[in-house]
Amino acid sequence: MNQFMNGYLHLWLIPLLPFAGFLLNGILGRGLPKWMVTTVALLAPLGAFLAVLNVGFLVYIHVNQGFWNHGVIDVPWVETCPLPWINIAALHVDFSFVLDQLSLVMLLIVTGVGFLIHVYSVGYMSDEEGYARYFSYLNLFLFFMTVLVLAGNALVMFVGWEGVGLASYLLIGFYFQKKSAADAGKKAFIVNRIGDVGFLIAMFLLVANFGTLTFTEVAAKLGMDPGWNGGVVTVIALCLMLGAAGKSAQLPLYIWLPDAMEGPTPVSALIHAATMVTAGVYMVARTHVLFDHSPFALGVVAIVGAATAIFAATIALAQNDIKRVLAYSTISQLGYMFLGCGVAAYSAAIFHLMTHAFFKALLFLAAGAVIHGLGGEQDLRKMGGLWKKLPVTFWTMTAAVFAIAGFWPFAGFFSKDAILYAAFLQGPNGRVLWFVGVVTALLTSFYMFRLWYLAFMGKPRGEDVHPHESPVSMLGPMVILALLSIGGGWIGIERFGSFLAPSVGARGAETGSAHLELILSGVAVGVALMGWLLAHLFYREKSALPARLADALPGGYKLLAGKYFVDEFYGAVIVKPLLGFSKVFLEWVVDVGILGGLAWLLGGIAMLAGAILQRWQSGNLRSYAAWLAAGAAAVLLFLLVQWQVVQAFMPIFHQGMAGN
Amino acid sequence: MSSFFAQEVPLTWYLLLSAALFSLGVIGFLIKRNLITVFMSIELMLNGVNLSFVTFAQQWHAVKGQIFVFFVMMVAAAEAAVGLAIIIAVFRARATLAVDRIDLMKL
Repeated sequence: MNQFMNGYLHLWLIPLLPFAGFLLNGILGRGLPKWMVTTVALLAPLGAFLAVLNVGFLVYIHVNQGFWNHGVIDVPWVETCPLPWINIAALHVDFSFVLDQLSLVMLLIVTGVGFLIHVYSVGYMSDEEGYARYFSYLNLFLFFMTVLVLAGNALVMFVGWEGVGLASYLLIGFYFQKKSAADAGKKAFIVNRIGDVGFLIAMFLLVANFGTLTFTEVAAKLGMDPGWNGGVVTVIALCLMLGAAGKSAQLPLYIWLPDAMEGPTPVSALIHAATMVTAGVYMVARTHVLFDHSPFALGVVAIVGAATAIFAATIALAQNDIKRVLAYSTISQLGYMFLGCGVAAYSAAIFHLMTHAFFKALLFLAAGAVIHGLGGEQDLRKMGGLWKKLPVTFWTMTAAVFAIAGFWPFAGFFSKDAILYAAFLQGPNGRVLWFVGVVTALLTSFYMFRLWYLAFMGKPRGEDVHPHESPVSMLGPMVILALLSIGGGWIGIERFGSFLAPSVGARGAETGSAHLELILSGVAVGVALMGWLLAHLFYREKSALPARLADALPGGYKLLAGKYFVDEFYGAVIVKPLLGFSKVFLEWVVDVGILGGLAWLLGGIAMLAGAILQRWQSGNLRSYAAWLAAGAAAVLLFLLVQWQVVQAFMPIFHQGMAGN
Repeated sequence: MSSFFAQEVPLTWYLLLSAALFSLGVIGFLIKRNLITVFMSIELMLNGVNLSFVTFAQQWHAVKGQIFVFFVMMVAAAEAAVGLAIIIAVFRARATLAVDRIDLMKL
């Protein structure tokens, strides 16, 4: 079936359409009228989305056929290797694309949500400088993201991986005249490099130990030999996790994501909430075979995820910038996904990835609408009472808040529940992780309703604001995402899990019961309700309470508001020494001293030689002629002497020959 | 007497004459100050070489040497035309033909 399908699936269309959009808008965009830029910018992701739908539909038909005919489903469905890429000795890497259940789900999220956010951006960015530049970057991001998702081997994935990092850097620093934005872009890029080192080392180890980078081949080799447990597989998995932690903003590399909020809000929604930051989760799910062979690495993933979830949630409690609250919330939710991966519930993690893409994109878009409506205000303390002024924004935001808080029947409930349930089933350690997850759910609910109350309820606190509702191009995507945030979870983890099972493995041993699952769901919803009530109490009933609490626990509040001073800690422990080392040793000793000194030395020798030889060039014709004659005489003399020598020694030479 | 004139001129004589002409040219080129004299010395050198060419051509009955001489004469004629033009231009510009004073090529 694979051979048959490769011919007309045209997987390459999916990344290539956004790339065409990037080229068109990137090269010609400045000269084109705005409506043309908009058309190109919207057609590219729409075309990619339709291509994904088309591919999915074709595959679905054929999978069903194949299923009915021989009762087996090929996994992956399609693997195309159109371009032999690298051929060095035993290493063969193709620029291959893979379509399976996992990549199909991711593609639908990336292009679907991506398209919606493109539409939203048309309204949001309409008055901004660099309209075409913005859309060309956004299309570039979609190109690399689809390459990342479609990648059939680690190296192609790495191309996409670095590419989305580039797009992220460009878009965070979109307002590059602002120093904070340019710095944030650099920070994101540099912190991601640390993770990328992990990814690279993992790839080297894969080549060294498996001789291949293709995911399916690695899986096959691991499957053939059960002796691969532990050891090198653990190291590879941990290196991959380091890469994932960089890209998906997990402890200890999460610090770039809050700063990334310097970019335009739709960018935060698309790249720093819905898609790019979930690439780490996707990568772990894609390479899950390695993790499955290393319980230790899985444990690390789970612990990092849970720790990040609760860590970021506590910081989010005390932030006043609406986008920063959402940024820490994103980190926290990504932590949930890693927790899901860590307990080998990959389908649950991907499920949460999907619902999170819906509601977190919506949260950011709604926040963007609020910021847009308030003329750039991002401080929650200066908002309030917006529900009357921005009704559509308010209702869509409400759907997203309920979804992320985990209320039934909103999308977040189903996915978060699936992860927590899977964690609970993992023995006593799993119960600890489950407990951490539940506490995080409480905190999540609290800070989300805090945001909700502060922004939309009560009385307006800002001076002289005339909030206005956003244009339809912004509200439309928000409404669609709101519907998805409400209904996106109804697929249910059972159906979703069995759909993904060929790609990421079955959901794990079901030792629990429906009874237990119901109780755990009840706990989750109860906790969410508790968070809501607390937020209600704090920010609606007794609005003096937060301030009094902050006064009562000045240290604790400072710690949270200062984000645990992790940035300051890294600054003092890593950045400062590194800068000092660079300044003193690299700049003064190596650059100025050794390299500069060498350059001066060579230059000095050349200048000295020049000063001496310069005297030859007297400009006097007769001196040149004399040197010429002297040279000719010297050559003649040399020939003469040589001839004499040959004449003198030839007899001896001949004698020697004769003697032998 | 007739035997003297009937005798062939030996090769060495031709070569000695050729070397003498060439050396005179070199010496003139090196010691003369007047640009025109220097120029004439160059011609002398060329003709010294020409003489050795024809000598060998005659000696070994090879026509190549003769052809070379024609080439050299042709180039020498062209060179004379260009060189004299340059000398006139230099004289007009500097009112002198003393080689030592035409040293603008100096750094």
